[in-house]
Amino acid sequence: MAALGVARSSCGLLNGLRTSFRSFSQVKHGAAAGTVTQCSQQNHCRWYSVSHLSVKERIDNKRKAALVGGGQHRIDAQHKRGKLTARERVELLLDPESFVESDMFVEHRCSDFGMEHDKNKFPGDSVVTGRGRINGRLVYVFSQDFTVFGGSLSGAHAQKICKIMDQAMTVGAPVIGLNDSGGARIQEGVESLAGYADIFLRNVLASGVVPQISLIMGPCAGGAVYSPALTDFTFMVKDTSYLFITGPDVVKSVTNEDVTQEELGGAKTHTTVSGVAHRAFENDIDALLNLREFFNFLPLCNKDPAPIRECHDPSDRLVPFLDTIVPFETTKAYDMVDIIHAIVDERDFFEIMPNYAKNIVVGFARMNGRTVGIVGNQPKVASGCLDINSSVKGARFVRFCDAFNIPIITFVDVPGFLPGTAQEYGGIIRHGAKLLYAFAEATVPKITIITRKAYGGAYDVMSSKHLRGDVNYAWPSAEVAVMGAKGAVQIIFRGKENQAEAEAEYVEKFANPFPAAVRGFVDDIIEPATTRKKICRDLEVLASKKQTNPWKKHANIPL
Amino acid sequence: MASRGRCPSLNRLLFTAKYVTLQSRLCVLHRRAQYSTVYSPNDKTFDKILVANRGEIACRVMKTCKKMGIRTVAVHSDVDSSAVHVKMADEAVCVGPAPTSKSYLNMDAIMEAIRSTGAQAVHPGYGFLSENKEFAKRLAAEGVTFIGPDTHAIHAMGDKIESKLIAKAAKVNTIPGFDGVVKTAEDAVTIAQSIGYPVMIKASAGGGGKGMRIAWNDEETRDGFRFSSQEAASSFGDDRLLIEKYIDNPRHIEIQVLADKHGNALWLNERECSIQRRNQKVVEEAPSTFLDPVTRKAMGEQAVQLAKAVKYSSAGTVEFLVDSSKNFYFLEMNTRLQVEHPITECITGVDLVEQMIRVAKGYQLQHKQEEIPINGWAIESRVYAEDPYKSFGLPSIGRLSQYQEPLNLRNVRVDSGIQEGSDISIYYDPMISKLVTYGATRAEALALMEDALDNYVIRGVTHNIPLLREIITHPRFVSGDISTGFLPEVYPEGFKGHQLDRGRCQELLASAAALYVTAELRSHRVLGPQRVTCSPVESSSWELCVELGNELHNVSVTKSGNTFTVLVDEEKVDVSGDWNLASPLLPLTINNTHRMFQCLSRTASGEMVLQFLGTSFKVRVLTKLGAQLNSYMPEKVPEDTTSILRSPMPGTVIAVSVKAGDTVAEGQEICVIEAMKMQNSLTAVRPAKVKSVHCKPGETVGEGDLLVELE
Repeated sequence: MAALGVARSSCGLLNGLRTSFRSFSQVKHGAAAGTVTQCSQQNHCRWYSVSHLSVKERIDNKRKAALVGGGQHRIDAQHKRGKLTARERVELLLDPESFVESDMFVEHRCSDFGMEHDKNKFPGDSVVTGRGRINGRLVYVFSQDFTVFGGSLSGAHAQKICKIMDQAMTVGAPVIGLNDSGGARIQEGVESLAGYADIFLRNVLASGVVPQISLIMGPCAGGAVYSPALTDFTFMVKDTSYLFITGPDVVKSVTNEDVTQEELGGAKTHTTVSGVAHRAFENDIDALLNLREFFNFLPLCNKDPAPIRECHDPSDRLVPFLDTIVPFETTKAYDMVDIIHAIVDERDFFEIMPNYAKNIVVGFARMNGRTVGIVGNQPKVASGCLDINSSVKGARFVRFCDAFNIPIITFVDVPGFLPGTAQEYGGIIRHGAKLLYAFAEATVPKITIITRKAYGGAYDVMSSKHLRGDVNYAWPSAEVAVMGAKGAVQIIFRGKENQAEAEAEYVEKFANPFPAAVRGFVDDIIEPATTRKKICRDLEVLASKKQTNPWKKHANIPL
Repeated sequence: MASRGRCPSLNRLLFTAKYVTLQSRLCVLHRRAQYSTVYSPNDKTFDKILVANRGEIACRVMKTCKKMGIRTVAVHSDVDSSAVHVKMADEAVCVGPAPTSKSYLNMDAIMEAIRSTGAQAVHPGYGFLSENKEFAKRLAAEGVTFIGPDTHAIHAMGDKIESKLIAKAAKVNTIPGFDGVVKTAEDAVTIAQSIGYPVMIKASAGGGGKGMRIAWNDEETRDGFRFSSQEAASSFGDDRLLIEKYIDNPRHIEIQVLADKHGNALWLNERECSIQRRNQKVVEEAPSTFLDPVTRKAMGEQAVQLAKAVKYSSAGTVEFLVDSSKNFYFLEMNTRLQVEHPITECITGVDLVEQMIRVAKGYQLQHKQEEIPINGWAIESRVYAEDPYKSFGLPSIGRLSQYQEPLNLRNVRVDSGIQEGSDISIYYDPMISKLVTYGATRAEALALMEDALDNYVIRGVTHNIPLLREIITHPRFVSGDISTGFLPEVYPEGFKGHQLDRGRCQELLASAAALYVTAELRSHRVLGPQRVTCSPVESSSWELCVELGNELHNVSVTKSGNTFTVLVDEEKVDVSGDWNLASPLLPLTINNTHRMFQCLSRTASGEMVLQFLGTSFKVRVLTKLGAQLNSYMPEKVPEDTTSILRSPMPGTVIAVSVKAGDTVAEGQEICVIEAMKMQNSLTAVRPAKVKSVHCKPGETVGEGDLLVELE
């Protein structure tokens, strides 16, 4: 786990930084504090001199020092980059006055490379931790402070994070990490690495127990990236956040590629190309306010049901819009997001990964106030087919919902899995299996609506009746079949004449919801306009659904 | 903008108490305003009528057919197969693919539909085949009744040149000008010069404003000739043109006539249609504020003379231009039902479609001239799917994700052919509906129109309600001081939306803040059993910052019950309402005045788009802390738009006049986009060299698509 250039350069800067906190003298915070000689003298006598300050004053001074982190000019520099400070972020994220800080007095324990000097000690070190409330609901938060050693991770820093994660686990409340760190505290060496591992372990143990969310608000590089990667959701801030294993310099020296930080690991890269991050926001404020909104959707832990918020949208609202949304020509696309908006409460849909694997749409919404997870094929992109990326995207989302008791509503319009060497060589078989696996193992309420095509294996995958779908509906435009008419006819009537006639016969027989409905594979064929009403009613009943999978140490999803 | 402290129900109460006679008159008005809804079945007409049109007019015709007990047949293109007019009809026949030339203008297919359904008569609506004599002839040949005038009248009036000669002969005032067919651009220039500028150039065969252009000099005459002949060819299949003297600052007032096959003819008063953009009508009213009874009678009588001169039968409209001294000139006669016919129905109580059907069957007119009243006042706003901020309206397309007509209001009539979920496509006219309000007085009808526009929910497409509402509340319009040049005169810089005065601005800010607090408080209301108690911060006052335009306003909000007391920049505003966060309409009472807001969008980061007084305003509500920290957020630089040309609307590329490497001058045409049968020339905003061209003729482009890049 190499700490990278960012960390190195920021630490270098910090070596020259004269800001220090000293409990024995009243030096203005942020001002240059005398010469090195003076420093070392004071340091030398620190433990032995009798303070003329009372303990209470010392506490106050420490607290004040903790509040300004790396000092005013570091704060100004942070602002100049268009970034907020760790504390400002926490304040904006949480309800006013709700933040309860812990470990404000913790300092790093490194004594090498001059780190033991007072000027290099900052109360609270490079992270702010504690708990608070978002719209009254409990949450644990850590916010890395870039103004202190570039937010680099020391043993103490890691220890602070671990402490609140442990607490979050004992009470059952989510953990939000606001990442803004140059990487490992190189001066601390292995202690820093150990710190990362301690956090990783807790990320893994907490996975599926309490929701974990990472918001990347600055650099996050080297080994540090694995903590966000292990959490349930990773959000980024456009232009000011980066995630990568090794920075552009190392990339250049190893692979000789010329790449900028933004191209290598910026928000755009991770939300469109790599699929590492789930969503990107314009700036710190946008990101934090959206995170508050997002948090409202989540239960506090896996013991809680999906939260229900007061709802003004009538649960029996008819949606005539849906009656005409599916075009008559089966080859013509429409936007699945339009359907989702029309059905859910107040058109409020928090889409996850909106710019990655766009042929599947996933996200959170509410039905009659209750949080639901929505999965839908997107006919507008690549005909809504399933491929490697969309399968993985869908699978991860479904598993999150299942872990946290969030009902899943699936809208199906899928022509099948994407063919081709790129897909086969890339392992579509094992990746496609993930989505199948996720839907099959999920025990939360599952409601499926087939809007149009449900062809082949992809039909089975998309929360079909056969995978324990609780309620499966078909719209009149639904076609459940092994494949499209043309392909089917070419196989059934290979070499025969009258292909067109045969095709028409096939369409007549199979391009409608009846073959599935007569077998009970869909529970009902419904008028699209009534979809919202029906889903709300079903969810009411399914709220008490109890289903358990056979005992196992853990399942073995095809990774 | 007048602040009308009106409470409709209270007003109605006062009416009943004080003006019993007026109230009873209003009842009559209300019943008769649309048109008589009771039909006497004594006069048997047809069993089955085919409506050869789409959209609102097809629905309008079918409504009357249903009233008269006549079965209806709809024709439709394939993309229209789930359209409202198709659902409304008893039978429906698909007559071809989306382009009008292959479906709604496809006479062979329509004739086949008539034969297969056994329809006895055809109502053509307006546009399409309504003034096509060839169609009328083919119907006659098969013994099917054409619900409209006889072929000779269509022929006589359909040709702008012949119609003028006939009008002259019938002693109808005509515009000085040149009557003749124009063959080339140079001919056009010669003719224009001989008439004297300005001149108007239009298609001989076309009605309405389509294909009509005004030229002030030789250059514009050549342009006008080129565009008009192209449009004429694409819309009517007939590229003949007409050039005549253009009367500056005129009013467009038209007379509705109704005639039978027995030589009887009536005039049903006038319609004032002066509010136009690019020669297409936007707001119409009946009667006109401008006409006195003498002028009205003179115009009516001339219109009837003309109708009689061409042995006209059925409903028709004689259009006049009226100058400031009330001289009126015959413009043209439309031998069909007009778009704006509902306002005439409102003030006269005559169902024009019913009369057309009766007349077509051969019955005599039911009314005498002296029985035609002017009851109250009616205003019609044409609600279009178009962006009024771009030259008073460039077409927009999309699917109506939410749609709610203001039919909850009394005395409102909405003629529409769409519903929630309908797709407004590039193939057809982008009209959403005709919104008609009527009242005992003009002021009443106008006030009602304001309410109706405020209560109209249209989501998914850009619409022109901002413009409509500004027009009907503009002092010049309210006082009746209008002309066909109204829009460019009132908005010389283009339409910019409602300009908020201080008071209205505070109302907007206060409402946004109150809405924000409502949403915040709702987030606290988590229902169901909780393992960890939800304990939101209990507070009854909020310190906020609201951003509107580039200005930040300090706002503090206190709440008691459903009422918020908001201090906006130290001034107190009381806002109350039922605060339903799901409803598209947000009725509020602000300082005891009723206001209708619409919340178009609300994001987690505090941004809201609120529709207020017709116009959408973007505001951002942040807490004090949020606003303070927001000042550190960097401004993101938007893309430089002067060097790229994007399509302002969805449509088809007709011509690309440049290629990469060309040098263009400012104002030079770069390409032409056709949408909804309108050709729009896109020009360079600055002199530049063309870097790359991203479109080619015949290609379909979406709004915002990159067309050409300049260096």
